[in-house]
Amino acid sequence: MLQDKDRIFTNLYGIQDPFLKGAQARGDWDNTKAILDKGPEWIIDQMKASGLRGRGGAGFSTGMKWSFMPKEVGERPHYLVVNADEGEPGTCKDRDIMRHDPHKLVEGCLIASYAIRAHTCYIYIRGEFYREAEALQRAIDEAYASGLIGKNACGSGWDFDLFIHRGMGAYVCGEETALINSIEGKKGQPRLKPPFPAGVGVFGCPTTVNNVESIAVAPTILRRGADWFAGLGRPNNTGTKLFCISGHVNKPCNVEEEMGIPLKELIEKHCGGVRGGWDNLLAIIPGGSSVPMLPKSICDDVLMDFDSLRAVQSGLGTAAVIVMDKSTDLVRAITRLAKFYMHESCGQCTPCREGSGWMWRVMERMSQGRASVEEIDMLFDVSKQIEGHTICALGDAAAWPIQGLIRHFRPQIEERLGRRAQAAE
Amino acid sequence: MPKLTIDGIEVEVPAGTTILQAAEQIGIEIPRFCYHERLSIAGNCRMCLVEVQPGPPKPAASCAMPVAEGMTVKTNSPMAVKARKGVMEFLLINHPLDCPICDQGGECDLQDQAVAFGYDRSRYTEQKRAVQDKYMGPLVATEMTRCIQCTRCVRFAQEVAGAPDLGGVNRGEHMEITTYVEKAIGSELSGNLVDLCPVGALTSKPYAFNARPWELKKTESIDVFDAVGSNIRVDARGNEVLRVLPRLNEDVNEEWLGDKSRHAIDGLRRQRLDTPYVRKDGKLVPASWQEAFAAIAAKVKTTSGAKMAAVAGDMADAESMVLLKDLLTALGSRSFDCRQDGAVFDLSNRLSWQFNSGIAGIDEADAILIVGSNPRWEAPVLNARLRKRYLTGKAKFALIGEATDLTYKVDHLGTGPDALKAVADGSSPFAAVLKAAQKPMIILGMGALTRKDSAAVLALASQVVDSCGLVKDGWNGFNVLHTAAARVGGLELGFVPGANGRDLEGILSGAEKGELDFVYLLGADEIDTKRLGKAFVVYQGSHGDAGAMRADVILPGAAYTEKSGTYLNTEGRMQRTARAVFPIGEAKEDWTIIRALSEVLGHTLPQNTLAQVRDRLAAISAVFDEDTAVPAGKWGAFGAAGTTDAAAFESPVKNYYMTDPISRASRTMAECTEVYVNGNQKRKTGTHG
Repeated sequence: MLQDKDRIFTNLYGIQDPFLKGAQARGDWDNTKAILDKGPEWIIDQMKASGLRGRGGAGFSTGMKWSFMPKEVGERPHYLVVNADEGEPGTCKDRDIMRHDPHKLVEGCLIASYAIRAHTCYIYIRGEFYREAEALQRAIDEAYASGLIGKNACGSGWDFDLFIHRGMGAYVCGEETALINSIEGKKGQPRLKPPFPAGVGVFGCPTTVNNVESIAVAPTILRRGADWFAGLGRPNNTGTKLFCISGHVNKPCNVEEEMGIPLKELIEKHCGGVRGGWDNLLAIIPGGSSVPMLPKSICDDVLMDFDSLRAVQSGLGTAAVIVMDKSTDLVRAITRLAKFYMHESCGQCTPCREGSGWMWRVMERMSQGRASVEEIDMLFDVSKQIEGHTICALGDAAAWPIQGLIRHFRPQIEERLGRRAQAAE
Repeated sequence: MPKLTIDGIEVEVPAGTTILQAAEQIGIEIPRFCYHERLSIAGNCRMCLVEVQPGPPKPAASCAMPVAEGMTVKTNSPMAVKARKGVMEFLLINHPLDCPICDQGGECDLQDQAVAFGYDRSRYTEQKRAVQDKYMGPLVATEMTRCIQCTRCVRFAQEVAGAPDLGGVNRGEHMEITTYVEKAIGSELSGNLVDLCPVGALTSKPYAFNARPWELKKTESIDVFDAVGSNIRVDARGNEVLRVLPRLNEDVNEEWLGDKSRHAIDGLRRQRLDTPYVRKDGKLVPASWQEAFAAIAAKVKTTSGAKMAAVAGDMADAESMVLLKDLLTALGSRSFDCRQDGAVFDLSNRLSWQFNSGIAGIDEADAILIVGSNPRWEAPVLNARLRKRYLTGKAKFALIGEATDLTYKVDHLGTGPDALKAVADGSSPFAAVLKAAQKPMIILGMGALTRKDSAAVLALASQVVDSCGLVKDGWNGFNVLHTAAARVGGLELGFVPGANGRDLEGILSGAEKGELDFVYLLGADEIDTKRLGKAFVVYQGSHGDAGAMRADVILPGAAYTEKSGTYLNTEGRMQRTARAVFPIGEAKEDWTIIRALSEVLGHTLPQNTLAQVRDRLAAISAVFDEDTAVPAGKWGAFGAAGTTDAAAFESPVKNYYMTDPISRASRTMAECTEVYVNGNQKRKTGTHG
């Protein structure tokens, strides 16, 4: 269990002053110039050594991502884009960072931009995050006024501008290339890769897109050292992570914990346990609505990190743990998710556009028992026809919850369909 | 050059080639819907998925994936086949499958690929989606439920046509292609959307429910509605031309075609001259060929050659022009003109009237000065090429003439000859741009060459060529953009005034004053027929238009789809139309009419077959001989220095949709005029008319 001295987000719950004075008291902006003075290469090496994996869901090494940017600025300027379009159902970690600790993000933006040689950073914030955008803007204004960012940021000689771009609340705009399109004023549709944003990103210039949490932890990592961060968690799954636990627990919460904490311990220690006790647990979606759910048998001893969850055919995603006890109608729950993905599909690629609606319609019938048992296999096959066949991962995200349901709870679905058939006879 | 293996075949292709293109080179066809060679890559239909190693364990979109050294591609592995079948199934679940009532049936990519790559049945039992149809103007019919959202049309409109009217709205399965908002597509190339649409969502409105593709006889031919000479395919059933489609020719029209060239063909069925007429007591009455010829012979016998003249129209083929010239020359006349607009060239040097860099030369030009032309209306396909060059960002554009929206940005230097003078004497900043350019180009339109001061304008343009270095080794950037298909052919074979002969103005004023007694109009309708005075007028042509109204004898000729005729396009490129259908009624192929007439007039022309007429053409100029390469001419100074008028250059095309007898007779073109030129966008409902 994470000790208080190792916590990065010390004002996650907003008990202290979120703004500059409070942030400085917590250690933010403490001699940022010294970090910058060590140069971009040092920063990137430290980030690589820390083993930080992107906190937006895919878990790609943040230091590695930064190192993909061209080493020299050519004709085209570099950009940093921070993905604050936190739309994954169940996830609310970035929201609390921006509400209660915005200076961690602002400082991280400066350091990351410096490391990738960008003078400009855009924070693409979800449209629904109105108050959060206000808080963030206030923090940015404070940082400008104190000379922490802007011309000659922190006295480092590096000019740095930070802008907030407010989105309109489309889930798909959380995909990095759709987000880039949206910043450019185009329809929020993912772009083909390659070219990757590090080559051709926002306005056709080299761009790095990072999640809020990945950026916000960077200053602390650099201050306390990569070894400290790498010493937490397990190999290849290092550091601390914000977990968002919701659903049928006694005390839903956001909590910073060490990577690789057992799922059961996470829930028992921080959330007061599952409603009605651990034995009342039915299933858990461990990483935001898009990853496949896990039945209780797996939840008993699975560890919460990228590799452990992948080994059980799920994923850490955004670490949004959705707990469902035995009162849950799982088919109904997944139907709701299927509807969400149908609604949020951008409509660009055929499999996702057509398939997400098809799956929802079948699920809708299944949740009412109006389907035949053979259709379970068909549904699984259709989800496989979507998975991996689309430009972005939304197709996968639409397919996985249904695959998870069928993989682990097929008897329950069959029973429901059978009941209906019996009633008809 | 990376080497890769596709289905076990090793192939080496240039870096940057996509897998799909590489596969095409070795004859492996990968199915696709959204990919199109001339449009940007969208990669959204997912039909072209293939298995690629090394790579992630999922199929890759071959249309967007560049090749890499050592790549192994499998287009028929179980993974690729499964992915393709899946995509095909998805495409069809919400497709109405109304092939029996769909105009695309028989030439539908979705149909073909469903057969070749899809499952034999669907597992989808839910409700299908229905989409409201959209209004896209008088040429494009929509049935949006059939749309598979490939966005080819959107990309065409944005990239090639430069009309950002089309787009996708809404998300997910509610995504729809629509115009913004409920308006006709503001482009002269909108007909190409129908060709691009891989399904029956966008079909041709005028052609709706007319025919199935397998009923049509397809004839490869040439377009004559402008001077570009676009390559076309004429589709006919029985003796009726039902549609015209573009044919691939990289050097001329790529694979596009202007809306007039495509849709004016209903004019071929209206206002046709189907029998000879002779004017009796002031009224035109139908007659036999013998009577018509006799009437002409009676007049010719009492008229001296010096009092005869001939004018050739904008769609006349070279064969009929050369025979007409030979016949009238034999009768003693020297007054011919093929320039109905009175354009001025240096008649001794073909470089003065040709598009010397070639249309494909636009792809290389890096500075382009357009003078007195509105290429968007005079040659929309050529304009699309200019836009293509503009989009590369490698060329600078300037315009002297009317400021119109050409679909690309131009530096507007001025409206009249003064601005051209400034370029010629170097005082305009664009002169420096032209000088600095590797392949500079001037495009001189008929708006500049059909004025009273055109000789001086031509001299100025010639001066620009010399002072800015537009002609250099291997490059001639002096380009004339014609508006008439017959013009270059007429100039090449010398359908221009001979010694002491009259030009068009001389013919008209001569007829007005009674100095000319006999005028032969070969499809000439764009002249002021009121000025023909009391002259005896023979009109030979296909349509009852201005010329026929004034005629004393009408000889019904063939339209361009009804004969094999030779045309030189604005580049001087020789191309031939082919007969797709037979001439209507008593009408005959034009050269045979003149040949027959020559016999009646007692000056029998020696040519008895089309091949002999073409030998005659080749004898006049090697340009007409397809076997002989024509050496590039020698550059000389053109025009005559003189004072210029400050008046603005005006494009001769005031209405793209109606420029000639055929398009004036076309109902479709009348509708287009109403919508695009008069701006009457109101959608007609069932209670209209």
